[in-house]
Amino acid sequence: MEPVIKTDKLSKRFGPFIACNELTFTVDKGEIFGFLGANGAGKTTAMRMLCGLLGPSSGEATVAGFDVYTQTEKIKKSIGYMSQKFSLYDDLSVAENIRFYGGIYGMSRPAIRTKTTELLEELGLQQEARTLVRELPLGWKQKLAFSVSIVHDPEIVFLDEPTGGVDPVTRRQFWDLIYAAADSGVTVFVTTHYMDEAEYCNRVSIMVDGVIAALDSPANLKQQYGAATMEDVFYELARKAKRKGD
Amino acid sequence: MKTLVFLLEKEFRQLLRSKQLIGILLIAPLIQLILLPMAADYSVKNISIVVVDNDHSTTSRKLIEKIVSSGYFRLKGYEDSYTAGLKMVEQDKADLALQIPIHFERDLVRENQKQVFVAINAIEGTKANLGGAYLGSIVKDFNEDIRLQWQVDNPAPTISVASSNWYNPLLNFKLYMVPAILVTLVTGLVAMQSAFNIVQEKESGTIDQINVTPIKKYVFIIGKMIPLMVLGIVLFTMGLLVGWLFYGVVPLGSWWVLYGSLVVYLFSMLGLGFMIATYCGTQQQAMSLSFFFINIFNMMSGVFTAVDSMPGWAQAIVTTFPPSHFIKIMRPVVLKGSGFQDILPEILWMLGLGLVLNTWAVLNYRKTS
Amino acid sequence: MRQLVIFIRKEFLHVFRDRKTLLMLFGLPIAQIVLFGFALSNEIKDSRIAVVDYSKDAVTQRLIAKIGSSPYFNIQRTLASADQIDAAFKKGDLKMAVTFPAGFGDDVIHTGKATMQVIADASDPNQATTITNYLNQIVADFNTELAAGSGQPMTIVPSMQMMYNPELRGAPNFVPGVMALVLMLVCTMMTSVAIVREKELGTMEILLVSPFRPVYIIISKLAPNLLISIVNLFVILFLSDIFLDLPVKGSFLLLVFGSVLFIMTCLSIGLLLSINAQTQQAAMTGSLMGMMLPTMLLTGFLFPIENMPLALRLLSNLVPSRWYFIIVKQVMLKGLGIGAIWKELLILGGMCVFLFTISLRKFKIRLQ
Repeated sequence: MEPVIKTDKLSKRFGPFIACNELTFTVDKGEIFGFLGANGAGKTTAMRMLCGLLGPSSGEATVAGFDVYTQTEKIKKSIGYMSQKFSLYDDLSVAENIRFYGGIYGMSRPAIRTKTTELLEELGLQQEARTLVRELPLGWKQKLAFSVSIVHDPEIVFLDEPTGGVDPVTRRQFWDLIYAAADSGVTVFVTTHYMDEAEYCNRVSIMVDGVIAALDSPANLKQQYGAATMEDVFYELARKAKRKGD
Repeated sequence: MKTLVFLLEKEFRQLLRSKQLIGILLIAPLIQLILLPMAADYSVKNISIVVVDNDHSTTSRKLIEKIVSSGYFRLKGYEDSYTAGLKMVEQDKADLALQIPIHFERDLVRENQKQVFVAINAIEGTKANLGGAYLGSIVKDFNEDIRLQWQVDNPAPTISVASSNWYNPLLNFKLYMVPAILVTLVTGLVAMQSAFNIVQEKESGTIDQINVTPIKKYVFIIGKMIPLMVLGIVLFTMGLLVGWLFYGVVPLGSWWVLYGSLVVYLFSMLGLGFMIATYCGTQQQAMSLSFFFINIFNMMSGVFTAVDSMPGWAQAIVTTFPPSHFIKIMRPVVLKGSGFQDILPEILWMLGLGLVLNTWAVLNYRKTS
Repeated sequence: MRQLVIFIRKEFLHVFRDRKTLLMLFGLPIAQIVLFGFALSNEIKDSRIAVVDYSKDAVTQRLIAKIGSSPYFNIQRTLASADQIDAAFKKGDLKMAVTFPAGFGDDVIHTGKATMQVIADASDPNQATTITNYLNQIVADFNTELAAGSGQPMTIVPSMQMMYNPELRGAPNFVPGVMALVLMLVCTMMTSVAIVREKELGTMEILLVSPFRPVYIIISKLAPNLLISIVNLFVILFLSDIFLDLPVKGSFLLLVFGSVLFIMTCLSIGLLLSINAQTQQAAMTGSLMGMMLPTMLLTGFLFPIENMPLALRLLSNLVPSRWYFIIVKQVMLKGLGIGAIWKELLILGGMCVFLFTISLRKFKIRLQ
């Protein structure tokens, strides 16, 4: 299978501080790729480089076949992104948010209309189309934010700690959405703190002090480290860290 | 181009949805525009004067009478000595002390020249300037009166001055203040809102989302700029209306020139707001910083004291303030009917500053993101 | 008592940890004082004028030279015809145009009388009045010169003395004004934000359930702000003395006493605001919008209060900075003693006690 994300010794330095040190990995199409690490391990920096928000210091990387140095604008067209902070406008209604993000990705008006109906149905939010986002419960906002981030059918969606602060039931529902997206061929690149969520991923990489300390499927990792859960694997690796979390 | 439409649609929706904000943004400045020129009336009418008449002659009494009846001065009382008069000034009971020395009339006739002494409290410079000016011209008139009255033959050649005041013959100070106050109100609205608007997106995290979309930076900035420009233009128009209704100020110059320069001005001030926003992480910081700039602009752009009176280095600093140029456009265009050619240098200045500020904002925005 | 010390220490830590805000608290007032103090001035000099000389003789040449050499005027250009005056005014920079009719010099020498025309751009009425007067004085001098020293008969010469501020600098008026403005804003804003922040964070609840007396909470909240304001005050006074040549002429202690009274009044206002505000933003907006405009407008340093409509004049009595402004002017600039300001001190004191009592009571009510 053709990898949609491919990095080779990708590094980012801030002065003497090396945030990401020679990251090399690939992510395949339709894969759910978990990106784990303690606070300050360099996850967010790596993700920002792949999204075209931050220029790398050295190394190579392509996202959806586009170069992260020269083709960031093309990358942005092929990806979706959702951060731990909400990316929706509080003072716009559900439908208006979908319309806005569809519009800035260059979708046509009829396409946006069809997509809006579809999305609302999927989320069961038909009644709430005109409700302002600030009035929705937290879990709904997050599900809506995810749907909006893939409104333009991107090849890859980057999720930066998408489930912070919600209850287990909502998290479960959220992951159902992720699976559905992956089934339809969207590659999912997700960072998380929750180790149970790591278990849901096809493959997981664990970053420690700016380098990738382990990368494999959850089952293989547990076997390799002789651990019962991903939590134990993570703890085993993370405690070797010299850097302090920020 | 198509994305710009969606962006504008969103910005206008957000703007129009916050009805309370719009109310505050538009009503508060208008109330200020109605009140401020009334309060900011520098036309000095009631200069209080204390008189020390040591001569008690007919001439001295006539001089005092002429001063008091001029309408500019209010007689606070008489004192016996100059020292006592100065004390009145010292205690803020009078702005000005006039001493007519002993033998005033006698010496005037015998020696053809006599001094009177005037002490003015100069802490308030405008008042001191005008007090001196009014008194000077009254004394000059009086001088001519008494020459006529004593029918002295004046062999020496004399040049007299016929003075006239153009553009504001009634010397109505409010006319001068209305255009400038309108500028300060537009300034406050635009600088604060543009900084706020962006910082709000930063705080709520939506700006990150925008950054990963393929939207172009300049499209984003234009999308932010147009709604605020419309807001500024609406406020400006309402302000002109208030100026006309309450103060009878009707711009003499062309509307095209007025609104054309307004758009350029808004462009430059929005750039400043965006620039501030790139340095601030929270609304509180944005508020403090934009407040700081607004305060300095208001005080130094020539609204209250003339820029010409400042030392050279300060004038150089003021040149970099967009409002100073817009005030230099507004006053002549509104009051004198200046045309496009007349104000072209100021427009170019604002345009230049706008380009610098917007570029600065975009560059700094890139760096921090 | 020990509790209070501990609490005050905590408050100081809050304030001094936040370097950025601290910098703003000290930096911005100082920058404003220095900038305004040096830059603002009411002195009118080098006013640009244009000359239209239809006569071009020895007398007009001499008079033009005399006008040009005065510090008040700067002859920017010579116009060929009076028709160009309007266009020149519209360009903006010109303040006045002087026209000599044809045969001016002949008239002066032969008939002993001639009239020159002076047109001022009166869109700024005050400047127009002032420079017209300057021009009159110059012409009067010139007349005396023409009479070759013998002088005109019966000339009254006003000898004017600008007291306290001979160069008509802006600083003497603006320093007390900015002092009042800055102290007022900083005090109200800092206090209201400090308390509302604890509300937002929820730590206020913890304090309220502790066996700590509410009055202590208030005192310890006010203490750091009082200190910062006093430091600001000293820095401003120091800068004024060193850079702006405005030493405290009167009793230093008296000025500090008046200032502390004023600061306490402002802190009480901030306290009152914070009790009603729910968010930091509301507190900030309230203290900025609600305090800023009345302070700038009704203190009297920007606009002469006696010119205002009656309603505004009455309203100005309620603004603390108005009274403080008088105190600073009298003590700092004029060097007067307590005899000149006892009334203002009393008013400020009354305001302070009144506001503090009200906010204390309201604070208690909120507790129950």
